Amino acid sequence: MRLVADIFLLLGAVFCCLGALGLVRMPDVYTRIQTATKAATLGALAFLIGAGILHPDWWTKLVVIAGLILLTNPVGSSTISRALYIAGVRPWHVPGSDDCTPLLDSQQDKP
Amino acid sequence: MMLTLLEQIALVLMTIAVLLSMTRLILGPTAPDRIISADTLSVLATVTLVGFALLFDSALYLDVALIYSTLAFVGVVALARTIEGGRT
Repeated sequence: MRLVADIFLLLGAVFCCLGALGLVRMPDVYTRIQTATKAATLGALAFLIGAGILHPDWWTKLVVIAGLILLTNPVGSSTISRALYIAGVRPWHVPGSDDCTPLLDSQQDKP
Repeated sequence: MMLTLLEQIALVLMTIAVLLSMTRLILGPTAPDRIISADTLSVLATVTLVGFALLFDSALYLDVALIYSTLAFVGVVALARTIEGGRT
């Protein structure tokens, strides 16, 4: 049982490390948001599952932390990327208009 | 509680992840890079606090992780609204 918990902990740490590596290596703000959010969320969940297998009496708090990360981390990243797009940061190697350009027009119509 | 070798490797990998994220926080050429780095760093800090709870065998660190992740989410949303501009 300890070995299963250790494998889950190691998997979570590896995915967190890969997410941070993508944060350093990616060329653009949007790609950095994407790699950091996906990999770090998966890694955090795997780490929490490993901790829950290792200490079964902590499961309530671990489930609350996992639910909080699962709800807030994608929402926060989506909010940041939307704010960046409206503030005028362009995606990498995408000249002119793209699929999100109507968002800008609807924002500019607001008083 | 004595940690096994795999758990020690996991904690070292978490340390490397926090250091890489700090690198982007320090080097980041523009403000958005620093903001998303701080966002990732909050998740990594939450996971590392759970690792501390395993290392010191104390459930008190889980409460710290819970409150920290909640407050970090509120801070990230506030930063995003600040970038977006003065529309509400």
